Amino acid sequence: MSQDNAHAEHYHPTWKEYKWVALILFLITVVEVWVYYIPELVASKAFVPGLLIMSAVKFAIVVMYYMHLKYDHKLFRSLFVGPLLVAILTLLGLLFLFSKIAIRLSGGG
Amino acid sequence: MATVAASPTYTASATPQRSRLMSWLTTTDHKVIGTLYLHTSLFFFVLGGLEALLIRWQLMRPNSVVLTADQYNQLFTMHGTTMVFLAIMPLSAAFFNYLIPLQIGARDVAFPRLNAFSYWIFLLGGVFITLPIFFWVAPDGGWFGYAPLSGRTYSPGPNMDFWVLGLQILGISSLAASFNFATTIINMRAPGMNLMRMPMFTWMSFVTQFLIILSFPVITIALVFLQFDRFFGTTFYQISAGADPLLWQHLFWIFGHPEVYILILPAFGLVSEVLPTNSRKPLFGYPVMAYSGILIGFLGFGVWAHHMFAVGMGPIADTVFGLTTMLIAIPTGVKIFNWIFTMWGGSIRFTAAMKFAIALIAMFVIGGISGITHASPPSDLQQTDTYYIVAHFHYVLFGGAILGIFAGIYHYFPKMYGRTMNETLGTWHFWLNFIAMNLTFFPMHFAGMLGMPRRIYTYDAGQGWELFNMMSTMGAFLLAPATLIFIYNFFRSKKHGEPCGPNPWDAPTLEWSIPSPPPEYNFAKIPMVTSRYPLWDLTHPERTAEIPHTQTGWTEATQQTGEHDMAPMHIETETRTAKELGIPMPSSTIKPFFVALGIVLMFSGLLFLPKGMKVPAFALMFGGTAMWVGYLYAWLTTPLEDHH
Amino acid sequence: MSASADAAHGHHYTTTGLDNRKIAIWAFIGSECMLFASLISTYLIYKGKSLVGPFPHTPWTDPSSGKVFPAILNIPVTSASTFVLLMSSLAMVLALSAVENRGKPLPPGAGAWDKALTSSKLWLWMTCLLGAGFLAFQAYEFTSFVHEGLTIRRNLFGSSFFTLTGFHGAHVTAGVIWLGSLLAIDYKRGLQPSDALAVDLAALYWHFVDVVWIAIFTLLYLIPG
Repeated sequence: MSQDNAHAEHYHPTWKEYKWVALILFLITVVEVWVYYIPELVASKAFVPGLLIMSAVKFAIVVMYYMHLKYDHKLFRSLFVGPLLVAILTLLGLLFLFSKIAIRLSGGG
Repeated sequence: MATVAASPTYTASATPQRSRLMSWLTTTDHKVIGTLYLHTSLFFFVLGGLEALLIRWQLMRPNSVVLTADQYNQLFTMHGTTMVFLAIMPLSAAFFNYLIPLQIGARDVAFPRLNAFSYWIFLLGGVFITLPIFFWVAPDGGWFGYAPLSGRTYSPGPNMDFWVLGLQILGISSLAASFNFATTIINMRAPGMNLMRMPMFTWMSFVTQFLIILSFPVITIALVFLQFDRFFGTTFYQISAGADPLLWQHLFWIFGHPEVYILILPAFGLVSEVLPTNSRKPLFGYPVMAYSGILIGFLGFGVWAHHMFAVGMGPIADTVFGLTTMLIAIPTGVKIFNWIFTMWGGSIRFTAAMKFAIALIAMFVIGGISGITHASPPSDLQQTDTYYIVAHFHYVLFGGAILGIFAGIYHYFPKMYGRTMNETLGTWHFWLNFIAMNLTFFPMHFAGMLGMPRRIYTYDAGQGWELFNMMSTMGAFLLAPATLIFIYNFFRSKKHGEPCGPNPWDAPTLEWSIPSPPPEYNFAKIPMVTSRYPLWDLTHPERTAEIPHTQTGWTEATQQTGEHDMAPMHIETETRTAKELGIPMPSSTIKPFFVALGIVLMFSGLLFLPKGMKVPAFALMFGGTAMWVGYLYAWLTTPLEDHH
Repeated sequence: MSASADAAHGHHYTTTGLDNRKIAIWAFIGSECMLFASLISTYLIYKGKSLVGPFPHTPWTDPSSGKVFPAILNIPVTSASTFVLLMSSLAMVLALSAVENRGKPLPPGAGAWDKALTSSKLWLWMTCLLGAGFLAFQAYEFTSFVHEGLTIRRNLFGSSFFTLTGFHGAHVTAGVIWLGSLLAIDYKRGLQPSDALAVDLAALYWHFVDVVWIAIFTLLYLIPG
């Protein structure tokens, strides 16, 4: 059937890749938790961006390798990335609208 | 042609021992489900219209006592909720169901049983949310249900419980259908039917599905919060606990604005079929029409806060949302002009459908322009919450969506029933409807500009509103006979309409290449498509000479299944049944109905919780859950098709 | 599952050559992005807006009783549950890989580990157990929070926290049930390469639930507010 063709065309990673992916995920998580316990790092300006980048990397490699978007039909990529972008933009828009900046500029305080 | 016969031979294949009701309850045929949607939503359209008549009767004169304030609140809430969720959306769904598979050359939707489930849960959800109005315990917080006013503190009764739970149920229907149709359009197109050859209705439906996929989760969550607040005492909308009163408004309109395009885009798609066919010319600027639809859909997610300019969001938010809102006028304007250019130089045939389609262009322009006047925040502050807004969105939704859907019904009725609707009655319906809607909604602009607020159940004399309200009420009472003519015509034509062949309008797209009504399998041989207007290629090649013709996609198709199931573009005259032709059809099943019923019972249980009636509450919730889980399991373990 | 039944019917033509169900599950996952974005947005909007404690990252003294509520989030426990969920994703891909490669001969000199990699039952069990383990951590977290005075009604933090993580937990539960039914099929008749798509659908859902947790772990637990 159709999916057999689709599977034959697309390379599927194996244990060789999977174990590295798991190791990277594990290491990033360790770093994330580790920095949480270093007060100097928590106080630094790079703390929040650093955490966001680390979790974005984890997010991306799970999606690319475990959900094999990297190897799969490009249709699936657009079906996922499009909604994800709308979701992220909506989240950022909402955070802005409820933020102190937006409220201060409105003259309310 | 043999297929002109009113009762084609293949109808005999419906199992005779089953009663009519049983065959509806168990159907998985997208065409039957489409007509079920059509009849159900027309019923709700009439119901919503009757609610509107009561509203207009109350507002006809100052200080009227036809309705109490409480009854009025229930009526305007249910009028909005009914028209949006139970009339226009499912009327569009009727066309999604009936037309999408036919227009793309498919034998059914991607998931026929899920499709049946979508319909049944829509019907049961519609009944759930509608029944309370007959006992005056209907939802009374507006179709937008602003929290905290819709919370338990300010709406203690069961009224808003019905609304919260009813909308959750209806959301399941829309989401299930959207996954189904998105998949159908992506994956069930006939060989050669690439994206730039899809009929414009399918294109607009495609955009609509993604709007549903992305916007309905947001209202689901907003409703979950409200549901938890009302039933379990959470604090999402409790101002006393520090909650932000704008949270609901933002979440609601992140859903609510795309919802507006969910309502209008399918109607745009329908008139984009009616106009070229009746102008006997290809659609002007086809690619731009498709792109502008996508752009409207995408920008639709970036304008939600223009519903909230009056709450004071600050200059940055106001500027951004004002600008994005004005931007949407560009792709919409492109559509308007392309429709006009489609008619330009064409040899126009003024069928009833065509009249409605042309009226949509004119009426939607009025609604669109009044919309731009409140895209600007300072101007919006004058207009917001007045009858001017009511006038605006009725021009968009009645003058846009409803007129487009009427155009679609007149145009596609022959395909559905093998008979045309009566054109004389259609013309009467059109003119009466057209005059009545303008008489109803145009004076509202003036009442609004004179300061008449929305959602008030009565008003004092001497504010200059009397004349306009009287006109609106007269118009509304004229809409009733117009609609009656339509309903009469609709049901009469099913039995006594003029029998017609497969293509009474000489239309160019695939759905017209098969008998009317189509056989259960739609296409005996899947057509192999070479251009955007396959039927005109056969009958009027001069009309499509300038459009590229290729055979892309054919090789892949024949590699997948072999050629035996496909044939180059042709007029279908096959009259044998699916069984005789060996075409596997999804078997009929009652399971989707019971899954839907179980879910609705599960939600109904919650209604008893605030009253402290724990026994019926838990009995319904556990019983309903057991029912839907059990039937879902049975559904998933049964193959889609009989192996015959 | 109807998966195998449909796969046996090999004659349906599709435009892209892909299976309908896989397109639908990706559309569904896209929809879920918006669902969780709404939940996460609400949590972040209400961060620091609660009028009474307990709070996630800072202690709170009840002005009426003088009782001190410590910062409630338990990072070590949640780090452990995060690790468990990440590892379940590894088990999931190995289960899919085992189903896809069923019946292929092992290379000469293959060891016990290579053999273990071919067992879909083993890896489905692992995924289910790790998923259940995550749920156990969550049950522990929820009950200890309630004991420490944080309920879903207590404050904005409680409402948004329990609803968001509860929704995620409900998704994990659905995933465990889904994988459990695949396991049941595996015991009944053995999952074949022709069932790979059915396993892939469950896997995609499972990994998506995992990436949602990756976002939640950072945004809720690690970033103090």
